Amino acid sequence: MGKTAFVHGKSWSDRMFDALVYIIVLFVVVITVYPFLNVLAISLNDSIDSVRGGITIFPRHFTWDNYIKIFTFSGLITGFKISALRTVIGTLLGLISASMLAFTISREDFQGRKFVSTFLALTMYVSGGLIPTYILMKDLGLMNTFAVYILPGVVSAFNVFVIRSFIDGIPYALQESAKLDGANDFTIYWRVILPLTKPALATISLFLAVGQWNAWFDTYLYNGSRESLTTLQYELMKVLQSTTAGSGGDYRTNLVSSAVNQVSPESIKMAITIIVTVPILLVYPFLQKYFVKGMTLGAVKS
Amino acid sequence: MKAATVIPESTPDPREKPGKPTRSRKRFWRTFKNQKYLYFMSIPFVIWVFVFSYLPLWGWTMAFQKYKPARSFFEQEWVGFDHFKTLFHDDQFLLSLRNTLAMSSMGLIAGFIFPIMFAILLNEVRLGFFKRFAQTISYLPHFVSWVVAAGIVTKMLSTDNGLVNDLLMGLGVIHQPIQFMAQGHLFWGIVTLSDVWKETGWNAIIYLAAIAGIGPELYEAARVDGASRLRQMWHITLPGIRPTIIVLLIMSVGNLLNIGFEKQFLLGNNLVTDYSQVLDLYSLKYGLGMARYSFGTAINIFNSVISVALLFTINGIFKRTTKESLL
Repeated sequence: MGKTAFVHGKSWSDRMFDALVYIIVLFVVVITVYPFLNVLAISLNDSIDSVRGGITIFPRHFTWDNYIKIFTFSGLITGFKISALRTVIGTLLGLISASMLAFTISREDFQGRKFVSTFLALTMYVSGGLIPTYILMKDLGLMNTFAVYILPGVVSAFNVFVIRSFIDGIPYALQESAKLDGANDFTIYWRVILPLTKPALATISLFLAVGQWNAWFDTYLYNGSRESLTTLQYELMKVLQSTTAGSGGDYRTNLVSSAVNQVSPESIKMAITIIVTVPILLVYPFLQKYFVKGMTLGAVKS
Repeated sequence: MKAATVIPESTPDPREKPGKPTRSRKRFWRTFKNQKYLYFMSIPFVIWVFVFSYLPLWGWTMAFQKYKPARSFFEQEWVGFDHFKTLFHDDQFLLSLRNTLAMSSMGLIAGFIFPIMFAILLNEVRLGFFKRFAQTISYLPHFVSWVVAAGIVTKMLSTDNGLVNDLLMGLGVIHQPIQFMAQGHLFWGIVTLSDVWKETGWNAIIYLAAIAGIGPELYEAARVDGASRLRQMWHITLPGIRPTIIVLLIMSVGNLLNIGFEKQFLLGNNLVTDYSQVLDLYSLKYGLGMARYSFGTAINIFNSVISVALLFTINGIFKRTTKESLL
């Protein structure tokens, strides 16, 4: 800060204040990361040794055994595939729907504009609820299908409005000049709008991908008895809940019981937790500048 | 000028015979043709939204029937408000309502205080590198699933080698590890603090943006007047983000009952059901779990109706005081 010329040195109280700020922020950082590092350390530690306790953020007896072990569970391999698949497909479809809808309702000349945006906005306030949705999925024949992971979430009003407020910031003259060159509305969307909304699209893809990757309840509700359609989060949930007396009820616990005999479940749990978390850790820091912008835009506008 | 050009358009054309398409209808179809791509790009998704967001509302009729899945809509037996009467006389319902309201209010308050404090403190950090680092770290828990977060919370609070118990024992505060997850009266607090741990950094984003929008000249002037950093924080930063705080507060009051159930589902267990059962879990267990679809739907309706009523009330109050509307 160069503008402090008239303050000769910092006062004692300001220095105390500074120190306090750093201590508190550092404290927040520590309580945020420590649990993750602790989980990582336990997952990389010899499972029998872990039972003794006292592991902080460094493994005491380093080993890859826990990871090697969990990859012999068929449920996890299937879960990984299904989770990855739903993340890719769900994100792509979500991006297409949100960007197209955002483009159409950003066009002030569009006749259906008001109807479409009101129709969308209402979904943010009223929802049918758990059981009517469940019955609908059943009636549509989506129980025990992969489609149930994708179809219900294709259109998200929130995402549409985030992209729309971004499009509003693009000069309309660009669209007009494209029109003069003979472009139709779809070409404008594809060639003009999409390239210019990349930051917003990056934000939305992150939201969509994280939402898909992290979802477990739809598996529990619709596909719980279909092992070929299990997801990674659902498998983790079963493993974690198996020893905590369970709150929900009827999961199949065969995955755990086979593991318990050989390896301490604690290490297994921690290793699976890491496997489930790592993909997100690899992605979000790089998209940070986009989603911070996207969040702020969306909030200001809506 | 404007009025003069509008009048001829709004008067009906005497040459137009009834039954023939009017001029405005003709114009609609002409524009429709011109905008066909816009329609192509929106209509499919509108239908989509209709199916997946509006059709479930049709399912609300179930609450007034003795719904049997095998029968068609016209063969269902109608029972009026019977399910609601059963609902309001059920002790479990009152318990769930209490838990929902308790945890959502606690979450609401904590979900405001902590992010605001964190944003203000982060804003005071002068080291750019440290600030960015702390921010990036603080988003991390937001991106992990509740399954992972609940697993971590359970691990940290566990009686064997859990961090919290180890710390408390090490400091000599307690001599026996506390079974945090097995005590009902601690459950609300655990859920609230887990939420704080997970979302504080993320929710601070908006406040940080609002703080960034405060004019530097205000701080400059305060410094000249000899205001300490603490006073600047109190008299400039906080009032500067007040509008943001109010808008967000109103929006979250509207969502008071829509707190979801993931946390409660994943952190709860049989020992703490009396404190962990929220309305959605209640409908899951006593509606879906027992195939009492109509009864469960009544619970969902109650939830939705109260939420919308709250939203409109708050929006009304907001409108009257600030002349602005959120809806």
